[in-house]
Amino acid sequence: MGGIKDDVGHVPLLEAEEEEEGWRPLRLRGSYLGIFGSIVFLVSMAALIIYQGHDYYDEAKIENKGNNNNNYNKVPRGVAEGVSAKSNSFLSETTPSYNWTNAMLSWQRTAFHFQPERNWMNDPNGPLFHKGWYHLFYQYNPFSAVWGNITWGHAVSRDLIHWLYLPEAIVRDMWFDINGAWSGSATLLPGGEIVMLYTGYTDQQVQVQNLAYPADASDPLLLNWVKYAKNPVMVPPPGIGPHDFRDPTTAWFGPDNKWTLTLGSMVNDSGLSLVYKTTDFINYELNDHFLHIVPGTGMWECVDFYPVSINGSVGLDTSANGPGVKHVLKASLDDTKLDYYAIGTYFIENDTWIPDDPDLDVGIGLRLDYGKYYASKTFYDQNKQRRVLWGWINESDSEVADITKGWASLQTIPRTVLYDKKTGTNLLQWPVEEIESLRLSSHELKELLVKPGTVVPLHIGPATQLDIFVEFEIELLESEGIVNNVEGCGVGAVERSAFGPFGILAIANDELSELTPIYFRLSNYGNGTSTTTTTTTSTSFCVDETRSSKAPDVSKLVFGSKVSVLSDEKLSLRVLVDHSIIESFAQGGRTVISSRVYPTEAIYGAARLFLFNNATDINIKASLKIWQLNSAFIRPFPFHNTQ
Amino acid sequence: MTSLPSITLGDEKLIESTCRQTPNFNLCVQSLKSFPGSATADVRGLGLIMVKVMQSKANDAINKIRELQRSAPSPALTSCASKYNAIVVGDIPEANEAFSKGMPKFAENGANDAANEATFCENGFNGRSPLTQQNNAMRDVAAITAAIARQLL
Repeated sequence: MGGIKDDVGHVPLLEAEEEEEGWRPLRLRGSYLGIFGSIVFLVSMAALIIYQGHDYYDEAKIENKGNNNNNYNKVPRGVAEGVSAKSNSFLSETTPSYNWTNAMLSWQRTAFHFQPERNWMNDPNGPLFHKGWYHLFYQYNPFSAVWGNITWGHAVSRDLIHWLYLPEAIVRDMWFDINGAWSGSATLLPGGEIVMLYTGYTDQQVQVQNLAYPADASDPLLLNWVKYAKNPVMVPPPGIGPHDFRDPTTAWFGPDNKWTLTLGSMVNDSGLSLVYKTTDFINYELNDHFLHIVPGTGMWECVDFYPVSINGSVGLDTSANGPGVKHVLKASLDDTKLDYYAIGTYFIENDTWIPDDPDLDVGIGLRLDYGKYYASKTFYDQNKQRRVLWGWINESDSEVADITKGWASLQTIPRTVLYDKKTGTNLLQWPVEEIESLRLSSHELKELLVKPGTVVPLHIGPATQLDIFVEFEIELLESEGIVNNVEGCGVGAVERSAFGPFGILAIANDELSELTPIYFRLSNYGNGTSTTTTTTTSTSFCVDETRSSKAPDVSKLVFGSKVSVLSDEKLSLRVLVDHSIIESFAQGGRTVISSRVYPTEAIYGAARLFLFNNATDINIKASLKIWQLNSAFIRPFPFHNTQ
Repeated sequence: MTSLPSITLGDEKLIESTCRQTPNFNLCVQSLKSFPGSATADVRGLGLIMVKVMQSKANDAINKIRELQRSAPSPALTSCASKYNAIVVGDIPEANEAFSKGMPKFAENGANDAANEATFCENGFNGRSPLTQQNNAMRDVAAITAAIARQLL
């Protein structure tokens, strides 16, 4: 069933939060106070647990930095307002702690996102497809749920979803990686050989690049790896610091009959991408100019560089080039812990690259994901001719919780990456289709009407493992255009405006004491008639963690960005819910937000899904298709079975 | 007597300029100077010294907690014990390894988390904390350590 019919389901959205202490000041709009005053009274009398929210954003700490002029304070252009500068730092003086129960902590573990059985994980490494198996390697601490003792974990899958753990692939046992076997990438050679380049931190405390290759390339599981005896193959060149030289990319083959690769570095706080050439993966020449450099962006980690087809229908091998091809340059900024990319042109003649739009250059423009997301890396999947993107999702809770629960970090569901040929200015990311193999039952709900200030429960059964598709139609309540120049996400879903926010509430309980709104907020919708002021419609897409949990010792931010909505498109949303991670995709993956939530009540059978409309001047009609998703049963490789 | 001073002006300046970019200049200078080797350390080395200072403050807190657990046990105290355990098994090793291995962002994470855990411990007593001195010391020293890590980014 799952139809929503009567008014029993329509609950006025909570306004009470505005009056509580501890919230950031609201930029209230509109004159709705009189109308909803009585509702507010009733709601606050309904004995809902008043929730004191605190987040980690502390302005005093930013001020303490004085005039450092470092990038930590810089809010990049193109990023919506309402996104706090991420800082897992100092709490307000009155923040109490929280007594996490085993039930709450156990619930946080995901059902179908890759994570090791225990302990800490960070960057995805060397993803590749070989002899029928997808391989994922990852930065792993075998001993603890915090970063340290980093080795390469390893797992394989037939379908990028059902993973089987294998023994560690690269451990720290040589002088050239004894202090760290850090991130790197695989290059698949035409003859079938696999070359892995990775950053080692030496016994002399220098970052170097090392070569490794499978002990037995005919082994589909690539269990054992050999390190080149004369490592390192690249050391920091003159002018590059010993700690500013890491994360080599997949190499591409060029018309000069050489393999070219790049890795990130920095000079005087300008992030940059060094270029190396090789014919044998043993001897390398450094180009005298960088692939690209952007002042003020700081160290570039996990650089990624790859071609995309402007026809936007298939992924391209890393060596592809020619007309109809653009190149994406991506960097993870060490200073801000954010992943940025830009689309541009690769001049293979001299191995330089320039962005299509210098205002949206690497590090100052578009982000791959506007939530909790870092160290992403793509690979070309020759099996299905697609470019697949991995991204590391760290925890946003306290380390004591991580140590108690015994693990920290996830990878996203792998995403295909395509050039958005409709806009020509951004990429599209979408969960790989193999996730559909997890689908169990589904509910389809058509044209549910959601009036201003209401919440509609969706009766779909369990709500912690879902694949949700929603399309929204907007119905203006006034015939005259309203000028409403709101921008960005506001302080969250409580902040009402004429044309938003509206969307869904995920991992929410019946009392709505814990909830995570995922929403759109429009400005100046349908304003053809108004001529006195600028009235371009803009749409922001947002995830509001501020009420995701009553626990005060977790990070609870509002994430979001503008998203392009073309005139022939409906507003659409896809959301993967998997316990403590929510991945949200707007407009087919034009803007993506990954979010971590740590509820204390909206867990197990108490978690629900709702539609909501907190706009003041529009009805919305939502059509949804919602699947229950099975677990991926990620487990150790069954070596004892005959395969 | 004509012996020259054993610490050159250059070394003093690094400690001072580093500490100026932390939330507590005086505590930073005093903490660093109390450890041998600070005079000749680079910024990374100063970070490593601060992690040792964090370890020492954590030990102070743990000793006090143990003492109180005998005389005045409480749930808040038990909670503090687990927070300081996390500091000692998680945050401090993480910060230590991160400074040693040139990955300052994880040193910043560890130090920030240690400050948070001390704050949680303190707030768990609802204003009547027997550990205020130890928690403040832990938090202040961790804040300095995080600020030094940020300078390396």
